[in-house]
Amino acid sequence: MELEAICSEHNYLRIKKKFPTVWCSGCGIGSIMGAIIRSVHELKINKNNVALVSGIGCSSRMPIYMDFNTLHTTHGRALPFATGIKMVRPDMKVIVVSGDGDGLAIGGNHFIHACRRNIDITLVIINNYIYGMTGGQVSPTTPLGSYAHTAPYGCIDPPFDAVKVASGAGASYVARASNYHIVQAAKYIKKAIGHKGFSMVEVMSNCPTLFGRLNGMRDPVDQLKWMKANAVTIKNWEKLGEEERVGKFPIGEFVTNMSRPEYTQVYEEMSRKAREEAQNGQS
Amino acid sequence: MAKKKIERGTPAFMQGNEACVDAAIVAGCRFFAGYPITPSTEIAEGCSEKLPLIGGAFIQMEDEIGSIAAIIGGSLAGAKSMTATSGPGFSLMSENLGFAYMTEVPIVIVNVMRGGPSTGLPTRLSQSDVMQARFGTHGDYTAIVITPSSVQEIYDLTIHAFNCAERFHTPVILLLDEMLAHMREKVFISAIEDIEIMPRSYPKVPPEFFNPYEITPNMVSDSVPFGEGYRFNVTGLIHDEEGFPTSKPDEVVAKLHKLRKKIHLGRKEIMRWDEEYMDDAKYAIVSFGTAARAASSAVQKARSKGIKVGLIKLKTLWPFPGKRINQIADQVRGILVAELNMGQMIREVDRYVMGKCRVQGALRYDGNPLEPEEVFEKLLVLRATKRGK
Repeated sequence: MELEAICSEHNYLRIKKKFPTVWCSGCGIGSIMGAIIRSVHELKINKNNVALVSGIGCSSRMPIYMDFNTLHTTHGRALPFATGIKMVRPDMKVIVVSGDGDGLAIGGNHFIHACRRNIDITLVIINNYIYGMTGGQVSPTTPLGSYAHTAPYGCIDPPFDAVKVASGAGASYVARASNYHIVQAAKYIKKAIGHKGFSMVEVMSNCPTLFGRLNGMRDPVDQLKWMKANAVTIKNWEKLGEEERVGKFPIGEFVTNMSRPEYTQVYEEMSRKAREEAQNGQS
Repeated sequence: MAKKKIERGTPAFMQGNEACVDAAIVAGCRFFAGYPITPSTEIAEGCSEKLPLIGGAFIQMEDEIGSIAAIIGGSLAGAKSMTATSGPGFSLMSENLGFAYMTEVPIVIVNVMRGGPSTGLPTRLSQSDVMQARFGTHGDYTAIVITPSSVQEIYDLTIHAFNCAERFHTPVILLLDEMLAHMREKVFISAIEDIEIMPRSYPKVPPEFFNPYEITPNMVSDSVPFGEGYRFNVTGLIHDEEGFPTSKPDEVVAKLHKLRKKIHLGRKEIMRWDEEYMDDAKYAIVSFGTAARAASSAVQKARSKGIKVGLIKLKTLWPFPGKRINQIADQVRGILVAELNMGQMIREVDRYVMGKCRVQGALRYDGNPLEPEEVFEKLLVLRATKRGK
């Protein structure tokens, strides 16, 4: 009842329809969902004008619970679906929620090309280092040596750095925070949603049921402590030597580029010119 | 249906792929996402040139998976949307094709067939994606598959494809082939005085009463684009009438029945085929697409030699006019199925003939078109075959 009262104030959750969520107790996804809702609310964006798109996985279940125009698509494909929406309705606020497997493994190619176009979509990658929904298999971000159900002897695949890829591919806003630094994460998500261009926020999240349990952090708090201990600000990260960086990760805003042209605006400009030329050619 | 007047003009001389682009735009297509692949590229090229001029959107995606995903997103956002590809690309699209069936999103997918499997024969002719068009993605569903056999028919049936997609909220597959796509023929746009254009259906109820997947008598629900205040959920999971995931057995069955029945109940609006000389026919040739052109010539030749043969030219492969084929099986002694593959539609024909007459194939799969002479010779073989063989 209390929850219902809180939710009715903002009306962003489909509280009467699909709760409770599928997420395990101790899961970090809920806090990030809260951060997205607060961002939309604080930016005063009409929820009729928000499309929330996801792929497949634990984090990708999020749209079902939120009262926006929601699209729960196929594994890894959220970004091209979102691209189609944005091309047809450039006025819409398009937010994509993805996990480390969905966004960086099967959806890796779409990720690179969405960054490249700098299309005005906000991508929130909830990185829990493991495939949760399928029961704990190794993911592209699983740290070397960590255990998963398809890495019973420890992960031998070097992990993927979403921030570096997004920056290199041309995203115009790139940030990383963790679920421990949730206030900071919320701030970045709000900035990303307000940003014109492709924005990516990676939020490192806790999965006590699988990643935590298989890697000696069975209690949800253990993994938050692990994030606290190993997160380093960009400034301090740069001071660290190669060996000191092992096991640690930088958090902060990596790219804030306001000058890169946004794709749908460029398309509109190109169309306008083409129409003018066609008219001049006729007369 | 609203009617849209087309400017009358002189007959145009058009390539098949060009006719597809022009007809799509007439039908209301305002978004195209695609990935280059021979022999369909002229469709993407034509859209990239024309859509920006009329306020439409074009995007070349990173692959075919992204292309079909983008047009589903575009269609949900309110634009009639299309993509074009060929066999290898169509294989990649299978994943999200299933998503479009499940979520009942109207889109048009043009598959300009070339030889397969795999990279196959990129620049040659084939009709070997017929069964893939019907059964390409996993799960139970019913497909609409349309097969023109001339540039004029590409024009007319592209419009039909868009209308069927909008009418039944489903993906529609337009199967062209390399020869049709690259052939140039005269197209009478002016011959069609009025073109029927199916608009998007709009809900008659306010958002709080709107169910995007409501079970209605004709099994087609009202739809509304994103951003109109209706805020519904779309998911590739089996869902209830509100669009939320469900695994309750009765709701699962209701959803699957909805997908199948909406096409079945609307089949008379969708199905199209032409018949030539069937009144007194003792033999029939069933064909479609490029192969039907050779079949038609073979029928002319046979008639000139006094052989009573008729032609059934299928313009929609699915829904399949099974009832008519079954009637014909009562009338004729044998049916010849002419197609450019190792025998795909022949199975469907055979299924409806139910052993009532002989069914043989005039098949070719070397990348070249069937010659009228070959079809004629197969017809003679069919005639000479004794009963029961």
